[in-house]
Amino acid sequence: MGFISRGFRGKRRDTADSGRLPPGQYLVNDYPVLSAGPTPRPNLDTWTFSIEGEIDTPKKWTWQEFLALPAETVTKDIHCVTKWSKFDTTWKGVSFDTLFEGVETAAEYTTQFSDGDYTTNLPLEDLVDGKAWIVYEYNGEPLHPEHGGPARMLVPHLYFWKSAKWIRGVRLDKEQQPGFWETNGYNNYGDPWREQRYWGD
Amino acid sequence: MILGASSVTGEISLNPHEVRAFGVTSRGPLLWTQAELVELVHETPRVASLLFNVPDWPGHLPGQHVDIRLTAEDGYQAERSYSIASPPEERSVALTVERLDDGEVSPYLVGELRVGDKLELRGPIGGHFVWRAGDDRPLLLVAGGSGVVPLMAMLRHRAAASHKTSARLLFSSRTFADIIYREELDRLAAASDGLTIFHTLTRDTPQGWTGFTRRIDAAMIQQVAWPKEQTPAVFVCGPTPFVEAAADLLVGVGYDPLWVKTERFGATGASGG
Ligand SMILES: Cc1cc2nc3c(=O)[nH]c(=O)nc-3n(C[C@H](O)[C@H](O)[C@H](O)COP(=O)(O)OP(=O)(O)OC[C@H]3O[C@@H](n4cnc5c(N)ncnc54)[C@H](O)[C@@H]3O)c2cc1C
Repeated sequence: MGFISRGFRGKRRDTADSGRLPPGQYLVNDYPVLSAGPTPRPNLDTWTFSIEGEIDTPKKWTWQEFLALPAETVTKDIHCVTKWSKFDTTWKGVSFDTLFEGVETAAEYTTQFSDGDYTTNLPLEDLVDGKAWIVYEYNGEPLHPEHGGPARMLVPHLYFWKSAKWIRGVRLDKEQQPGFWETNGYNNYGDPWREQRYWGD
Repeated sequence: MILGASSVTGEISLNPHEVRAFGVTSRGPLLWTQAELVELVHETPRVASLLFNVPDWPGHLPGQHVDIRLTAEDGYQAERSYSIASPPEERSVALTVERLDDGEVSPYLVGELRVGDKLELRGPIGGHFVWRAGDDRPLLLVAGGSGVVPLMAMLRHRAAASHKTSARLLFSSRTFADIIYREELDRLAAASDGLTIFHTLTRDTPQGWTGFTRRIDAAMIQQVAWPKEQTPAVFVCGPTPFVEAAADLLVGVGYDPLWVKTERFGATGASGG
């Protein structure tokens, strides 16, 4: 018999959809914010998105060029390591499969880098085959700076800190290099379904 | 598209330098342990401090938090994060929780839980929003409502340290009665050891109130914040809208965004004006 909290019943607001909720998460209707510092407000005239590192010819797009890329609209559930989950969030942006077209690399890992000096690391495998996007619209509106606008990563199958806000580029790495939260106690991979929140989970 | 075959791994290897940077030595998995409530202190009508005896507590840094997990008889569970209010110098772990009447976990912690009860807890968690007394930069703390909790761990740590950095706390509460830790803050400020505390009340002010009486704004930040030439260490904590506003104002007075560390309690932490 496991531990029981005397007198605790719980609200069970989420039971109808409980199969969609990873362990330890609860459902919210609003959209909370998690970030380590103030919200950056980059200038779109000088904004670029680049792919660099283990790549023969690094790639770079300006904001206008980025908006001209083929875009997709996707609806996904998102899961924040601070325990909230939100269902059916709708985003518009560019799939990594599009961004990586023609790219040859020996890298197996990637580091996302953002305005505000934020980085997060992901296996390359987790960015491809329709698993990750750079998004610039949320629910049909331009992405608000608080939520990572002008553009952020969307990697919905991992905890949401892996979806770097204010994204400026991806570096292809041969070795795995822990990013910002990953060097600050948070898990290197971050699968919500295996509750990989912290080091050692 | 040709991409190298990658192997997904959840393993991490960290070099000793990074482990030291985190501040706590051994980094095995963070296991759930049963913590016993040994003392309950009512801070305000809606806020209580809970003192736990946590077996084998590894120690923590001011600013870190724990996760707590509640389990109902049928196995239903709820988890939430709570900042640690006690300084590293103390053996027991104190949390300070604001009761949200329609919330799931906080009304249990403030209302149901009694001395002698246990709950499951794991931590300490977080290596970014932390402060050590050895940091020489002037300290600026900005709190909205229960956002004062991790900042209180910093002030308590500072009070216990031999070398005391100059520090300022700007604390926004709704009413006088809602000021968490009011008497302890008064005592800390009265020590005249380089700590200045500024209160602002956003709803209601008592007769003779000499603090600010509005939401934080540019003029208030101008008046309270260290000049940017002093390159302060800044910690902002509270409900998300409060943190957004405060952090923007600090960048507005010329602070480098990298000096400003934020912790957002989410849309859920309702207080702070
Ligand atoms: C790192 C961190 C540190 C924190 N530290 C502290 C701390 O020191 N002290 C503290 O008091 N808090 C702290 N918090 C906040 C804390 O984790 C909880 O979010 C808070 O206690 C509320 O939890 P709850 O279960 O009582 O409310 P919840 O059940 O989570 O509800 C919160 C609010 O949202 C509403 N709500 C949520 N879901 C629904 C739904 N499906 N339908 C309708 N309404 C809904 C509720 O009515 C309520 O008003 C911290 C959070 C983080 C991330």
